[in-house]
Amino acid sequence: MMASATPAPTAAPSLVDTLFQRSLDDLVKALRADPSAAGESAAVARALSEIHREIRAPDAATKSAALQKLTYLSSLHFAPVASHPLAFPAIELLASPHLPHKRLAYLAASLSLHPPSLSLLPLATHQLHKDLSPSAHRHVSALALHLLASPAAASADAADLPVHLAHDLLPHLARGSPRAIAAAARVIAASPSAAVPVLFKPLAACLASPDPRASTAAAAAFCDLSAPPADAAPFLPLAPDLYNLLTTSRSNWALIKVLKVFARLAPLESRLAARIVDPVCQLLTRSAAMSLTFECIRMVLTALPAHDAAVRLAIAKAKEFLGADDDPNLRYLGLLALGMLGPAYASTVNDCRDVIAQSLGDADSNIRREAVHLIMGMIDENNIMDVAVMLVGHAAKSDPEFANHILGAVLAACGRNVYELVADFDWYASLLVDMARTLHCAQGDEIGRQLVDVGMRVQDVRPELVRSARTLLIDPALLGNHFLFPVLSAAAWISGEYVDFTKDPVELVEALLQPRTSLLPMSVRAVYIHAVFKVITFCFSVYLERLGDSSKAVDVAFDGSAEEQDARASTVRKDHFSHESILHMINLIQTTIGPLIECNEIEVQERVHNLMGFVHLVRDIQELNERKAAADETQSRVKELVKTMRTVFCQELGPVSVNAQTKVAPPDGLILNENLVELADIVSEDDTAPSTSIFFYPRKCHSVETRDEPAASVGLSSLSEHRKRHGLFYLPTGKTDEPNDYPQASDTLPSSSNEAANDDKLKNVEPLFAGKKSKATKSRPKVVKLDGEDFLSSMMASANAPREDRLSGALRGVLLGRAEASPSQKASDTNSEGMLNKTGTDESSSQSVENLGSHPTPSSGASKQQNHDKGKGKNPPESDGKELRKHRSSGRSGQRHGKHKHREKSGIIGVSAIANPGCHPDIYVPMCSKYAVKFVDLLSGHLAPKGDVCSFGVVVLELITGRRSMDKNQPAGKHDLVEWGLAPSVTETRTAQPDGSQTWWEHLHERQRRLQSDPAGPGECFAEDPKARSLIC
Amino acid sequence: MIQAVMVISTQAKPRLLKFYNFQPPEKHQDLVRSVFQLLSARPDSVSNFVEVDSIFGPGTKMVYKHLATLYFVFVFDSSENELAMLDLVQVFVETLDRCFKNVCELDIVFNFNKSHAMRLDDNSLEGEGPRTLVNHIKQDCRSSSRVTWSPTFRSCVSSCYDDSDVLLTSHSCLAPINLMQMHTILDEMILGGQVIETSSEEIMKSVEEIARLEKQSSTTSLIPKSISERFSR
Repeated sequence: MMASATPAPTAAPSLVDTLFQRSLDDLVKALRADPSAAGESAAVARALSEIHREIRAPDAATKSAALQKLTYLSSLHFAPVASHPLAFPAIELLASPHLPHKRLAYLAASLSLHPPSLSLLPLATHQLHKDLSPSAHRHVSALALHLLASPAAASADAADLPVHLAHDLLPHLARGSPRAIAAAARVIAASPSAAVPVLFKPLAACLASPDPRASTAAAAAFCDLSAPPADAAPFLPLAPDLYNLLTTSRSNWALIKVLKVFARLAPLESRLAARIVDPVCQLLTRSAAMSLTFECIRMVLTALPAHDAAVRLAIAKAKEFLGADDDPNLRYLGLLALGMLGPAYASTVNDCRDVIAQSLGDADSNIRREAVHLIMGMIDENNIMDVAVMLVGHAAKSDPEFANHILGAVLAACGRNVYELVADFDWYASLLVDMARTLHCAQGDEIGRQLVDVGMRVQDVRPELVRSARTLLIDPALLGNHFLFPVLSAAAWISGEYVDFTKDPVELVEALLQPRTSLLPMSVRAVYIHAVFKVITFCFSVYLERLGDSSKAVDVAFDGSAEEQDARASTVRKDHFSHESILHMINLIQTTIGPLIECNEIEVQERVHNLMGFVHLVRDIQELNERKAAADETQSRVKELVKTMRTVFCQELGPVSVNAQTKVAPPDGLILNENLVELADIVSEDDTAPSTSIFFYPRKCHSVETRDEPAASVGLSSLSEHRKRHGLFYLPTGKTDEPNDYPQASDTLPSSSNEAANDDKLKNVEPLFAGKKSKATKSRPKVVKLDGEDFLSSMMASANAPREDRLSGALRGVLLGRAEASPSQKASDTNSEGMLNKTGTDESSSQSVENLGSHPTPSSGASKQQNHDKGKGKNPPESDGKELRKHRSSGRSGQRHGKHKHREKSGIIGVSAIANPGCHPDIYVPMCSKYAVKFVDLLSGHLAPKGDVCSFGVVVLELITGRRSMDKNQPAGKHDLVEWGLAPSVTETRTAQPDGSQTWWEHLHERQRRLQSDPAGPGECFAEDPKARSLIC
Repeated sequence: MIQAVMVISTQAKPRLLKFYNFQPPEKHQDLVRSVFQLLSARPDSVSNFVEVDSIFGPGTKMVYKHLATLYFVFVFDSSENELAMLDLVQVFVETLDRCFKNVCELDIVFNFNKSHAMRLDDNSLEGEGPRTLVNHIKQDCRSSSRVTWSPTFRSCVSSCYDDSDVLLTSHSCLAPINLMQMHTILDEMILGGQVIETSSEEIMKSVEEIARLEKQSSTTSLIPKSISERFSR
């Protein structure tokens, strides 16, 4: 024996080891001597090193013993055996005249051959040929047939082997050997082109063989060959033989296979169905074998749905299966059979409702799942309430996995096709909350998404939603359950967004600020804090309104909804808007939110800053009021500011079709940047991916513009021209009489929703009767539904954390003490100035930007679309570049549009500020940038000289780089865009970026450097000396 | 067609693996593990079918039988009938039971052995000898609802238990022969994923014939090289 060459953790083989070989028995004994994992692996390693030595022995007996051990180890102990050491000796031993060795060799070969070792297979071809010859013993031929049909040899890679040996199969087929028939089927499946001419006819002949074993095997072979991925049509000519078998065969195995083949052939040939229906029914009534009965049922239900008598018979049999109390297998198959029934027999399924409902409590998870599936199939608008309540009740009693399966099924069924089955949304809102409160609920994401989605789409349900959200928010126990965080986030958002329905804002603020909210993740806390902001704004505006009622006339023209809110609020409980309660809320906010100002999480920090800034302002006015020494000017200023804030939050958010933006073709004249062509592959890849966000646009904003904007007709008419040319119908236009401006909706909703949008006094829109829903006892409220809304993608959408980035610019302006003009006011301001009246609306401002040619911006008010995107921090920076290029509206880029819009506006209005000093420009101040000092004099709160120019530079830089001005996701030292953008060397980003984006960054750097050197570029905008900054013209 | 046949012990050790669709060898362990996880989570007296789309691809189902300490698992696709497969498992088990009395129950006894040895220790019954152990096992075998072997098997178990020497030295459990023989039986039943024989008698006949043939041709190994074989003579 030669020494072992393998690096095994054993000592050199002893004399005993080399003289005597351990048999497989010895090996197994050694393996089981030490059942611990370490002991076993040591024994395996030792055995492997032995085997490597022994398997090269010239002596066939030693070799076969080693091969036996190796086979055992590799197949049952998953020993990492390379394919070659096993396959080669196996092929060597195939030729052994000694039957045990030969059998072992064939077994080892069929177990061990796989694609990498197939190159060895030609070595075996001759031996296989010999063993398949008619002179060989039938057990030897059987071994060869097994190898021929083994998974590796029958794979497409080894196609030549079956082709070479196909002719050798013919004598066996003629004899009707079931093995040969099965092997022939595998060969045909592996290489149809070569094997069909040789083998198909002999195989078909076996179907008519008098030997039942041969015909059974042939039926099985054709059943296998016609299995779904393959086309069953070529097997139609076999129908007479199969029919013969169906009527004469006594073998259940053969009948089952024939039925399976007929189930595939019947849809192809209508006459066939008529012929076989009688024999099948006979089998169904006659057969005692359950397997055959079930096959008949399946065949009738799937392939012969038009033959009513047969179907009724099959259903009766299936019900017998259902009634088998002692056999869970039959009950399971009975449910399975009912699940195959088409909608035409829905009433039959309904008859079994009790049995199915009972099956929900079965011990067998298969049966329970099938039952849920069946119940989901039965659901319609009439029974959805009963069924859903029953299922949710079941979920409460079930184990966690099944409970979530049920909840998922209910959510999917109710949410299907934009809640088409749900008529009573008040009920649905409370059901969602019940589901969230179910013991093992892990469907928080979907429940949260649906809560927000229902709130946005169905106006009527909002009061109930707010009530439901309250019950969730005030329960401190829920804050510990991390599955519910998305639900709580949705509840907080609803409470904030629809705050005017809240009965008790003080309680709401207390709930939102309760100590246990520290358990929430930061993203949810940000939503909570923002909800507080909305609530306090609302309370304060109501308070001020009331104050104004007593002191002076309310500015009715300002906002009708404020008046209405006031009216509603005063009917509830006046206490909540009293001086004391507001003071209480403010104190609460300051004590609980104050410490968070240092928070590391940017979202939370930003919102806390906003809120605290507002609270400081509010406190001022409180004190003023207390002393009754309100300087008229200051008070009115603050009042206006609060009103503005309220207006900002009053803009109603609605859903926008995910596909809306893709319908927009880029305008002809717009060459975005041909240098970005190399990103094409990334863009297309991203485009095909389902969007995971929902978009918002401020609906009311549009209507405000509509009423207050006669002077902007120039801009609007040019905009509509533009739309007509490019088909931009997804935008809110300035005209109420143009119904198409809404995202094209499928049914009659667009016009009505448009009216709703245009009439913000009409809070409760008349319920819309859709014809098919007229059966419902309670009229179904209007559900905003958009055309082409891909339900699946909206299912995946996560909508629990709205971001108010559209407001960030405005908020900052407000917080810096500059009363930001509301869209309408701004419009009138600029109109009165008469110089830049086109800047009145966002649309026209973007038009003017285009007209100015300052930058190829995303044209049109697409940028008004707001979204809230959960994963916005995760998007790679490439998406921004793509968005510039493609006008896509998805995920973060939609939000980017919004930001860009603000910034463009700031640039434009900055110009107007130069022209008309004294007006209140909407100034965009990059957050936290140390360059902020260039925009605003922080001490006085006044604008720094040419701060607008600086601000415009940031906007341009942001547009170019596609980055935010402050982005903590960037590596250290690059948080500040301005700092980074002006840095002379940015080459190290190449290594930091993944390969695909290198060119993008290189390109950017090049552009950036060019722009820095360009006297008109943004580099110039940042000069220390205001006078050195270039003018915008 | 049938995609795979597995025999897995209740301790998650595979006793027989055969795949009729190519599965990379490195994946075998994962497949066994995931199948075992599915099986061990299922309580007694529930249906024998499990949908295993996630493990073996779309449309695949698995039928299993839990007998004593072994799971017998057949994985199949839409070309097979569920109840027919259940019958086939029964045929396989019965054939094993008939052909290899002293092998197949030893495998089970081996597993029993461990649990019962433990019980013996607990009850300080060491002194009472193997007979007690055998009785314990027999008793357990009768009372356990899990053991639903055929009557043939029960008689085999009884006869085996009486041979206490075999029981105590059954540490080896003779899995190797088990493996080869199980493969022989399986190959008589299924070829390339297709059922070729469904009668237990026919399979037995073939297996016996092969054994006879093997004996005839075994002329060379008069002097076994293995120590154990030599000493066992």
